[in-house]
Amino acid sequence: MTMDRKIVIIGGGIAGMETAACLRDLGWTPVIVEQSSALGGHVAEWNCLFPDLAPAGKLVDSLRAKVEGIEIHLDTVIAAINYLRKGYSLVLSDGTKLQSDAVVFATGFSLFRAEKKEEYGYGIYDHVISNKDLELWFNTGSDERVPDNPKAVGFVHCVGSRDIKAGNTQCSKVCCITAIKQAIEFKEKFPKAEVYCFYMDLRLFGRKYEDFYIHAQKDMGIHFIRGRVSEVSETIDGRVFVKAEDTLSGKPLRVSLDLLVLMAGIVCNRDNDRLAQAVSLPLDEDGFFRSRDNVSQLTLSDKPGVFFAGTCTGPKTIPETLAEARSAALAVNEYLKTLK
Amino acid sequence: MDFGFSLSPSSAVNLDNTDMSLYERLCEREPGAKTCMACGSCSATCTVSAINGMSVRKVILGLQRGQFRDVEKMLSRCMLCGKCTMVCPRGINTRHLILELCRLYGSKEGEL
Amino acid sequence: MIYQGKQKIWSDYQKDIPDDHWFYVRSCIRQSFFPGSEKFFMKIVRDDLGKDIYETEHHTTCGGIAYHCDTIPQETAMTIVARQFALMTEAGYENLVASCITSFGNYCETIETWREFPELEARVREHLWKACRREFKVPKYVAHASDLVYKFRNEIAARAKFRLVDHETGEPLRIVEHIGCHYSKMFPHKGVGGAEYPCVLSGMAEAWGGEVIDYPERRHCCGFGFRQYLVRANRGYSLSNTHKKFESMEPYHPDCIITNCPGCPFFLDRWQYVISEMEGKTYGQDGHGIPVLTYEELAALVLGYDPWDMGLQIHQVGLEPLLDKMGVPYDPSKKYLGLNEKEIMKPGLPTVLKCC
Repeated sequence: MTMDRKIVIIGGGIAGMETAACLRDLGWTPVIVEQSSALGGHVAEWNCLFPDLAPAGKLVDSLRAKVEGIEIHLDTVIAAINYLRKGYSLVLSDGTKLQSDAVVFATGFSLFRAEKKEEYGYGIYDHVISNKDLELWFNTGSDERVPDNPKAVGFVHCVGSRDIKAGNTQCSKVCCITAIKQAIEFKEKFPKAEVYCFYMDLRLFGRKYEDFYIHAQKDMGIHFIRGRVSEVSETIDGRVFVKAEDTLSGKPLRVSLDLLVLMAGIVCNRDNDRLAQAVSLPLDEDGFFRSRDNVSQLTLSDKPGVFFAGTCTGPKTIPETLAEARSAALAVNEYLKTLK
Repeated sequence: MDFGFSLSPSSAVNLDNTDMSLYERLCEREPGAKTCMACGSCSATCTVSAINGMSVRKVILGLQRGQFRDVEKMLSRCMLCGKCTMVCPRGINTRHLILELCRLYGSKEGEL
Repeated sequence: MIYQGKQKIWSDYQKDIPDDHWFYVRSCIRQSFFPGSEKFFMKIVRDDLGKDIYETEHHTTCGGIAYHCDTIPQETAMTIVARQFALMTEAGYENLVASCITSFGNYCETIETWREFPELEARVREHLWKACRREFKVPKYVAHASDLVYKFRNEIAARAKFRLVDHETGEPLRIVEHIGCHYSKMFPHKGVGGAEYPCVLSGMAEAWGGEVIDYPERRHCCGFGFRQYLVRANRGYSLSNTHKKFESMEPYHPDCIITNCPGCPFFLDRWQYVISEMEGKTYGQDGHGIPVLTYEELAALVLGYDPWDMGLQIHQVGLEPLLDKMGVPYDPSKKYLGLNEKEIMKPGLPTVLKCC
């Protein structure tokens, strides 16, 4: 067994970085190929994380430190992958050729494009933003759409998730808790603002999430309205006018807001078709990669030497993603040890 | 002029002009009210709900939507047996909630 | 409001509209509601734009009203539609243009249903053959007449005698546009601009100099809703919907409303009278209502046709405030003279709504 075996990890988000760091610890030679100009993926754009409001930047920095010294190709995508008798031969967009014994897909997800839900008017109404925009605003404090002294703000759960017509049947899993996190942060900044969360179901499955929800209700006075927003328009003074049903009282409900935040969900990476085709891997109906088994073999694909880590196989939280990245590294380790 | 039909009243809840003051005063006295998640355990176990429509869930929601009259009607139907307090998963002291609300309604007499 | 955001959506919903050779099918009710609209549409398309557009006296209702009121089954409605297609085929046309939104929706729905269920199309062909020995081809293109006017909006603007501009101040007029529900809500891709932000009418209004108002209840139904109106006991629902729209658009002080459906202009126009009598409330300037026009009437006004020739005196809400703003000349003494100056009788005046 030679320990200089190489593993190409596609994607330099948190899953890719954690997998790479673990593989190096196990003694192998990982290489990260990242399409953007920096490591960190979606998390690098976030401000802080549920449920303890830990800064996202700290997590990304610690992961970046863990991969220091590893061969990293930024601003680079995979141009071609070929399966040869002895592993994979990859050509990168900058012309680099890599021979690798295993390939890990850590290609993550795309955030649903909120403007596709035309009725919510993202990109049309002055004060409609997405969850990501709000995180950027928490980071930078600059976004014209966020008013100076908001009196009322709404959060719309499940934007593009659990929505067959938007092409996504899946629950995006992290948005309920993210909405509560963002609602709490918003309320902390603007204690006098009324904050409304419009939800279909509240899915607060993780440890401490329910406590976070109770905190939002009891201490922050955030209002939870069970009903999906059906339509948004703009009032004469430029505010956001929202229609929903208050399904608990069975009545139509109307409210005008100073800001509306759309909780755009996790959907499959828009590049998945191209990536899957390159290695002839099947995609599931929802566009995510298909694991060999959805219970015990999440990180394995149907191809020898091809592994998955993180949200390329479906919506996941950060702790789940990191745990799966380590699990993928172990699976790669086992596989490489079987190679002669 | 009588056209034989007229404008129909809207049943919509408009949160822009919903009076939440009574709800807020109740929450000061019984903060547990804020933690209701509308599971319906209270109404399901209620001795009189099936007979007269009393529902703690609807009382709380009615206050949040400014529907004082409906809430008042329901209050008079509660027997204060405490079964709802026993089943509430959020541990809301519903019996205390009802009693405090009755006091608030009593003190607001003539204002409502 | 971010205008570029709307433009982006509009670019996703551009519809293929052939520019000539059309088979025209009229509406059942528009000629009594707005008698000049269809006549002037034909006139504009034929005489001003020089296009080939054909109609035949043999066409009938599309069956839409009966279908939407649940009085005839879908197969019957489809057979009626098939007969219109047969008339088109016999006349040698492939492009169908409908005057009515309900018909347009009905034609689109029929064609889409046949696409999904070809066996149904085969059955309808059989029905049609048994009933009247006719055969048909499915139209290559189905358009609503407003699609055509939208397509030629700039040509019309180039020939405009009057613009949607206050001729004294030079300010653009504030236009409310209202789209019939069956124009694009059933099939967003069959409407210019889609279903949420249709631009078929707003495009015309802007091309002719106006400024389009986007108010909170813009997407709301006009209030017709077939059964809501046709059953008298339900008529209050119809009225309430219209009332809701007017309350929502009132703060924007619209100068006029344009529509592309047979029902909408009727209800938006006539209900202003009913609201004024019931509630004592009017929505236009100084006790007037807000003038409501069909897009053909508006096009004809822009092109300089005489308002009384196109039957604007049949509207409940007086058009005079709009004509004054646009600078369109009109002779008040001839308002109730019909063709060849024949008296068409003066209506009684409402007690609250100012009509001239």
